[in-house]
Amino acid sequence: MAQVILENVTKSYDGKEKAVNDANFVVENEEFVVLLGPSGCGKTTTLRMVAGLEEITSGTVKIDGRVVNDVEPKDRDIAMVFQNYALYPHMTVFDNMAFGLKLRKFPKAEIQSRVQEAARILSIEPLLDRKPKQLSGGQRQRVAVGRAIVRNPKVFLFDEPLSNLDAKLRVQMRSELKKLHHNLNATIIYVTHDQIEAMTMADKIVIMRSGLIQQIGDPHQIYNEPANVFVAGFIGTPPMNFVNGIIVQRENALYVREKAGGFALRIPKEIAPKVEEWIEKDVIFGIRPEDLYDKLFAVGEKDVGNIVVADVDVTEPLGNQTILHLKAGETFIVASVNPQTKAKEGEKIDVVIDMNKMHLFDPNTEKAIF
Amino acid sequence: MRGKTRNVGIYVILLIFAFFFLLPVYMLLATSFKPLVEIGMGTMWLLPKQPSLEGFTDSIQRLSPNLWNSFLLVIPATIFSCLLGSINGYIFSKIRFPGINLLFLFVLFGMFIPYQSILFPLIQFLQKTQLYGTIWGLIITHVIYGLPITSLIFRNYYMEVPDEMLEAAGIDGAGLFKSYFLILFPLSIPGFVVAVIWQFTNIWNEFLFAVTITSDPKKQPITVALVNLAGSQMIQWNLQMAGAIVAAIPTLLVYIFLGKYFIRGLMSGSVKG
Repeated sequence: MAQVILENVTKSYDGKEKAVNDANFVVENEEFVVLLGPSGCGKTTTLRMVAGLEEITSGTVKIDGRVVNDVEPKDRDIAMVFQNYALYPHMTVFDNMAFGLKLRKFPKAEIQSRVQEAARILSIEPLLDRKPKQLSGGQRQRVAVGRAIVRNPKVFLFDEPLSNLDAKLRVQMRSELKKLHHNLNATIIYVTHDQIEAMTMADKIVIMRSGLIQQIGDPHQIYNEPANVFVAGFIGTPPMNFVNGIIVQRENALYVREKAGGFALRIPKEIAPKVEEWIEKDVIFGIRPEDLYDKLFAVGEKDVGNIVVADVDVTEPLGNQTILHLKAGETFIVASVNPQTKAKEGEKIDVVIDMNKMHLFDPNTEKAIF
Repeated sequence: MRGKTRNVGIYVILLIFAFFFLLPVYMLLATSFKPLVEIGMGTMWLLPKQPSLEGFTDSIQRLSPNLWNSFLLVIPATIFSCLLGSINGYIFSKIRFPGINLLFLFVLFGMFIPYQSILFPLIQFLQKTQLYGTIWGLIITHVIYGLPITSLIFRNYYMEVPDEMLEAAGIDGAGLFKSYFLILFPLSIPGFVVAVIWQFTNIWNEFLFAVTITSDPKKQPITVALVNLAGSQMIQWNLQMAGAIVAAIPTLLVYIFLGKYFIRGLMSGSVKG
């Protein structure tokens, strides 16, 4: 059983700028939590405070019910995997993994069996006698993970562990880490700036920006119900389209009209009641590229009433989809459409917009309206 | 064609420089192998006609107690100043506490204090502590005087060791001292090579502290004894030159055997994780 609770955790250097500002979240037992955000958002600082490598300016961190603010890292019963692996270059792989156990005065046989077991899980058994510099990046990463596993800690902390690996290896390690999480029933806090890692591995994502937590939720929620413009734009590739708009009422129906007046889109009946108080007010309208369709391939049940005529600027065929860079009214939008699209650069295309997937944000607070 | 003539010109200039720089070395070697009778103003540039080891046997006989003194001085002084410098470097590079940079600046000031200016207080201190006139007094002086440079060498070296490695050790359960002795120290060999060469040659060649702190000829290191070889009536140049060679051999050997690490250590000193 290990639960990590952060309450009002704040970190400031020299009492000025806040690297982490009032962070509150809970990592449940055996949960895989990803701290996600652009560089400098405070996610690594947050992790390091949990590890005890940074002092906590105010607030409390609890591990397993115990406040650990003033507990040394070695006494927190955590293990950490660093971005640059931080292996001990003068020790063999075996000694690297055994180091923590030796310092904790485990019996020799126990050390032997634990290291062997970890090596087996990570399939690095043949490497145990090698030195780190004789290993490839991926192997070093496994050793770093192995060093964490043998200790059987309450909480695993990962600080961007895959970002030094090449793309192919990263995909492989991603699924291995996920498997590992299930097999070990481990509680994991994982820091990354890579939204794919976050989406694929996390039970729960904590999105941060400039030291502030933007949203906490499972990958599905984060993607489908982003709490604000930042989260909406940060998650998803290509990113969500944003249109400066205004809500207008015409003949019992509500529309989002592009501010420049280039197009208007009808808001579905199910959503309309939620936006009534925004009539005649400015909003930011958001729609993901995959919710835009080439009219030729729009399936029947889509709301074909919402069609926008757009100029095609650039087409990017990716094989399984084609990315269209479009200009509708005065707004540039990106659509990810059926690869058989006939759209040609310099021509026009009818784009169907699935308004059931629309998002609306308050332009002042940038928070989601519904 | 023009490139070639330019190269030739460069080599000619370099050869002239080399010739001038090597003149004293030639003089040193030539004179040291001459018997006493061959030495004189008229013959000083000639090679020895009847090479003799007289100068060497004589000087080794007379200098060997002092040679031994020098080893007794330089080995512990080098070891202690490097060890302490390494620990200082560890603290200054890896431990964060308020004012540490200012403190390091003060330590560095030590490098710029001229020897002469501290001689009186130093000797008074050594007299009060009963260390005056002993090798240990000299050792302590050199250890302390060497600390700024060894601290700097090790600090710069340890700056290249990733902090995460020590943080990982900390999480693994190593405290301040175990992190140093089990992680950092085993990685320090290139740093130690640089610091050892530096300290060994400096302490070995040092004269001023040696001559003021050790007044008893039996306890003087070789640099002081070498000067005393000169005598007051007549200088036996072959003895003097051979003695200088004998005195220089240990530092030469250190440099020959560790030199390549010295360059490497100064250049990179990097530790890849």
